[in-house]
Amino acid sequence: MGIEQKKKRKRSDQMKFVKNIAFYVILILGAVIMIVPFLWMISTSLKTRGATMVMPPQLIPDNITFENYVQITEAFPVLQFLGNSIIVAVFTTIGQVVLCSMAAYAFARLEFRGRDMLFLLYLGTMMVPMQVTMTPQFILMSYFGWLDTYQGLIMPGVFSAFGTFLLRQFLLTIPKSLEEAAFIDGASHWRIYWQIMLPMAKPALATLTVFAFMQSWNNYLWPLIMVSQEKMMTLPLGLATLQGRWETNWNLMMAGVVISVIPVLAVYLFAQKYFIKGMTLSGLKE
Amino acid sequence: MVGFHGWKKLSVLAIFLLPNLIGFSIFILFPILGSFVISFTEWDLLSPPQFIGIDNYIQIIRDPGFYNALGNTLFFIIGYLPTVIIISLTIAILLNKSIKGRLFFRAAYFVPVVSSWVAVSLIWKWLFNPAYGIVNYVLSLVGITGPAWLHDPHYAMIAIIITSVWKDIGFLMVMFLAGLQNIPDTFYEAASIDGASSFRKLWNITIPLLAPTTFFVLIISLINSFQVFDQVMIMTGGGPAGTTTVLVQQIYNHAFRYYEMGYASAMSWFLFLIIFVITAFQLRMQKRWVDYGN
Repeated sequence: MGIEQKKKRKRSDQMKFVKNIAFYVILILGAVIMIVPFLWMISTSLKTRGATMVMPPQLIPDNITFENYVQITEAFPVLQFLGNSIIVAVFTTIGQVVLCSMAAYAFARLEFRGRDMLFLLYLGTMMVPMQVTMTPQFILMSYFGWLDTYQGLIMPGVFSAFGTFLLRQFLLTIPKSLEEAAFIDGASHWRIYWQIMLPMAKPALATLTVFAFMQSWNNYLWPLIMVSQEKMMTLPLGLATLQGRWETNWNLMMAGVVISVIPVLAVYLFAQKYFIKGMTLSGLKE
Repeated sequence: MVGFHGWKKLSVLAIFLLPNLIGFSIFILFPILGSFVISFTEWDLLSPPQFIGIDNYIQIIRDPGFYNALGNTLFFIIGYLPTVIIISLTIAILLNKSIKGRLFFRAAYFVPVVSSWVAVSLIWKWLFNPAYGIVNYVLSLVGITGPAWLHDPHYAMIAIIITSVWKDIGFLMVMFLAGLQNIPDTFYEAASIDGASSFRKLWNITIPLLAPTTFFVLIISLINSFQVFDQVMIMTGGGPAGTTTVLVQQIYNHAFRYYEMGYASAMSWFLFLIIFVITAFQLRMQKRWVDYGN
């Protein structure tokens, strides 16, 4: 290798180095902007009210106090909100996964007249925004006497065209030979669904589970419409409602927000890939 | 199908499909049809609905509140859409390289996506606090006196746009990453042999081959941004002076504050029409992209 060539290579290495540094600077700066608001939320939740109004702001407070967490759970029904959120999210998720997987089995594995038309109808409703259905859904709930009830919060979220679609697409990819062998051995549809399809569809089920949980946990608009009594509020609705009373108590507010984001963040950290898959697949249905 | 006839077939179908189908009919299908019928009536839920033909749709055209909301929504979209797409595309391209800490970065950018709109809106409301918020503090470090943000009619929507971009970057980023992974390495290898610079590779390979993904992401974000609501409701409630009132909020207000079910339904069908047109356009264009790929 000639001296010229060596020099040239050295220069291109240097260029690469500089470029890499630039990439990292952009990415790190971006990550900081993503994370600092959350750190600020935690930091504020550990401050006294006076410390939230200190300039320049302190990221690490001089006096760390957990008083805010005690106060919001004692003076406000935040634990009640938390319990409601857990009940609603858990039952919505279980209901959605069970009912969608069963219907998906029918759409992917059973042959019946009108199947494809019916499935198209399911798909078609995915295009209709929630804002179209929310008014009649509300009226329906009030006829059922389900306003301010768990069933009113849960039931409409259980029936998901998206979930049915997602699982049906996955079940279609499972080879037919598997169930044919089982049929010859005299297995029922129920057994094939339970012992062959569900175990094979685990990745898709996991994706739907975390996605349904996140959607239900974070939902604001439906509880806002359905619930007027404080004791039935979920965390997002409860926090949004309490913000009027907490307007100048940002330390209390942020403690409430911490309680609302921790569960979903914990699930996210453990099941990251399913979250990302669910969100990517959901597309239209954010 | 093996062992699948007559009554047995029906009973199997009933077990697997019926629970879902019944709920789907009651909670989704029936409300969709109901909403359409209600949109031709005047109904305050107290007295029985009155059929009034297309009056609600005519009222939309004459309603200044509707135009204000439509204008605000469009302003939101114009500010939000290009910003979030350019930033998330840039991040995705940087993260698509084999760099250290890739997974960490991806996780960091995705955290806001899994948080609720309520949480994110409340956090940013605090960050945008005129007196004690970090945003104005950081601005003051570089000698800028920050505005009152959510209390200032000129800046309230901008603050909402910034918050929305921040929350959605991660969502768009993972879709872009999925698209980038579909570009075969062979293109880049061939370009490297020809001595192409990385800028040329970006411009002549990545950007054109990513176009279908970009288009898809653009459409989805456009549809979602027409439905912007949560962050507005929590951060400003539509104020100050109606400068951040958006379409969905108008629907919400007419239905659940003024109890005008008919008018709210008609407006929601207007929203559906917008989404329908965008989707139809997307399906048409998608066909063309596929042809182009062949």
